[in-house]
Amino acid sequence: MNVILIAVIVLGGTGIILASVIFLTAKKFRVYEDPRIDEVQNVLPGANCGGCAYPGCRNFAEACVKSESLDGLLCPVGGNDVMKSVASLLGREVVEADPLVAVLRCNGTCANRPKTSRYEGVSSCMAASLLYGGDTACTYGCLGMGDCVTVCQFDALYIDKETGLPVVDEAKCTSCGACVRACPRHLFELRKKGPKSRRIFVSCMNKDKGALARKACSVACIACGKCEQVCTFDAISIKDNLAYIDYNACRLCRKCVEACPTNSIWELNFPPRKKAAEQEVSATKAETGKDATTV
Amino acid sequence: MRTFSMGGIHPPENKISAGKAIEQVPLPAQVAILLNQHSGAPAVPVVQRGDRVKTGQLIAEAAGYISANIHSSVTGKVLKLDEVYDASGYRCQAVIIEVEPADEWTEEVVLNSTLKRDCTLSPEEIIQKIKEAGVVGMGGASFPSHVKLSPPPGTKPEVLIVNAAECEPYLTSDHQLMLEKGMEIIVGTKITMMALKVNRAVIAIENNKPDAITLLERLAIPYSQIDVMPLAVHYPQGGEKQLIEAVLGRHVPSGALPVVTGAIVLNVGSIFANYEAVQKNKPVIDRVVCVTGKSVKKPGNYLCRIGTSVQDLIDFAGGMPDSTAKVISGGPMMGKALINTQVPVTKGTSGVLLMDGNEAHRNEVYNCIRCGDCIEACPMGLEPYLLMSLSELSEWEAMEKECIMNCIECGCCSYVCPSNRPLLDHLRVGKFKVGAIIRGRKNQ
Repeated sequence: MNVILIAVIVLGGTGIILASVIFLTAKKFRVYEDPRIDEVQNVLPGANCGGCAYPGCRNFAEACVKSESLDGLLCPVGGNDVMKSVASLLGREVVEADPLVAVLRCNGTCANRPKTSRYEGVSSCMAASLLYGGDTACTYGCLGMGDCVTVCQFDALYIDKETGLPVVDEAKCTSCGACVRACPRHLFELRKKGPKSRRIFVSCMNKDKGALARKACSVACIACGKCEQVCTFDAISIKDNLAYIDYNACRLCRKCVEACPTNSIWELNFPPRKKAAEQEVSATKAETGKDATTV
Repeated sequence: MRTFSMGGIHPPENKISAGKAIEQVPLPAQVAILLNQHSGAPAVPVVQRGDRVKTGQLIAEAAGYISANIHSSVTGKVLKLDEVYDASGYRCQAVIIEVEPADEWTEEVVLNSTLKRDCTLSPEEIIQKIKEAGVVGMGGASFPSHVKLSPPPGTKPEVLIVNAAECEPYLTSDHQLMLEKGMEIIVGTKITMMALKVNRAVIAIENNKPDAITLLERLAIPYSQIDVMPLAVHYPQGGEKQLIEAVLGRHVPSGALPVVTGAIVLNVGSIFANYEAVQKNKPVIDRVVCVTGKSVKKPGNYLCRIGTSVQDLIDFAGGMPDSTAKVISGGPMMGKALINTQVPVTKGTSGVLLMDGNEAHRNEVYNCIRCGDCIEACPMGLEPYLLMSLSELSEWEAMEKECIMNCIECGCCSYVCPSNRPLLDHLRVGKFKVGAIIRGRKNQ
């Protein structure tokens, strides 16, 4: 009986002493953390993708709570909805941003861009681009080994086996920008999703002179300037033998798409054109009579 | 026999073209002279389309301190300034010249081949002449020689090491140059010693070239300050840090310039170029390129003008064998596989190696079995298997801690790996990424 009593007293006493040490330490060294950080973090998607330019969702939440306005702070994964809830939690104005989506600026498919050498090394775009200019004559285009697919956390990219190029799944892309950072050729760009997801962009990054670019790839931008001429909104500029469409100025009139002789300007998610449909019909009629021409 | 202490390998030497006399390649119809034949900033062209240039005339000026002059290697008309593919498969600016069949040299170049021993110039004048002649490291790295000969203040060079190790398998261009231009090399060494104000020089040669060792030892007898040192055959002995250790027994600390050990290392080809620049006023317009490979009809050492295409060289060596699967500029260990044979010869092209499918083929990759062969082979004391895993995981900070920047990309790790793992490819990615991180930090 005595032994049990001693044990209880010793253990209980030690427990009480240690507990008070812990209690006092916790009081003394307490770090105050704004409870709103936790609240904001709970609203965020928790992907920790780094798309907001902060290392993780918690750091982004901290930045939101600390900053005075939400201008310039955007969680690309959650988009405007999440930012609205963050704003209401913090009682601040919401700054709406246009949703973005990643686009691949290369259309050098196996058919468009013939191979000129064979690569046997590591299957990584980064390693290949450090080693040499690539297995086609275009030293700017997609290497097709899928560094972008590897880094995408949202399963929004896959390599199309037929074309050998990565494809962006618009529904899944959160515009976190991981692919933009991963591509050694800088082929991805985050562009505005546009009304009804309609977008126009130059699907080429080749800065070689026109003749060379064309020789390397049949759908290369040859910087002929036709798109620049037809654009009535001054949205297109040509620099380093390459056309670029400014998406803030572009009104999606699609004149440039028609004018481009190499089909390097892409239009996405537009309804089929009446005129074009008619032309195609007449072209197919002509083809049946004469030699096949490219459409 | 001396050599470096850590790591290294001994691949089959395959010096097929050894002992083949240097042959002059006929002038090609057209040359493409690249503007970035050296490390550092590309040179700025000073000629225009349509200009007629003489052999040896300056066509591009060094842009900045770490850069080198470039001279016309032929007489002819500048067709255009255009981009051509270089050995890395990227396009780079070049001066393209249509060649006239008769050479017309610039006035100051001394054309006779008589040996000129005496040099009364001051060190500054010698370095100025070397700089004007556009001499760069002819072993492959192509670092401008005048920069090496002007060590930063606070460092004092004590000894000049002439790098004649030629440790790469297959290559023989330096070997043959030593056999045929031995006396010029000795005088070139003497001149370079004057430029550096040192009174000791060591010509380091691997002992698979006994004839060159004997010859240079004999020629160096009147020059008491010049020693010829035979070294054991050991790749990568031609690496600057490995060579300093083999010759002097001193280690170059991580991140430091080799000159802190008191040694300046120059390739034997550069020494010969120094001789020609100082004594004959001849800029670097040609070099010995060894064309070799097991199936090449006429492997040999060919003296060709800078800007000659690799195709012209191969044609001169008997044409490309049908079995060729890979054409490499440089040696098999550190050379670059070419994407086409129109790539021009540069100041740093030491050889052209043709390999057939079996030789060039990469074998199937298996898992790492933790045998540690790569660690034993690494001449820089790194752990390649670990660095490769870190590179695959994008752990750049960890790679920096594991000293990835010390990697000299010699390829010993990939060579010895029994699982055929592409260690060097991954290490190179890591080195690039970590280098970018370090540069970013410095700029902040």
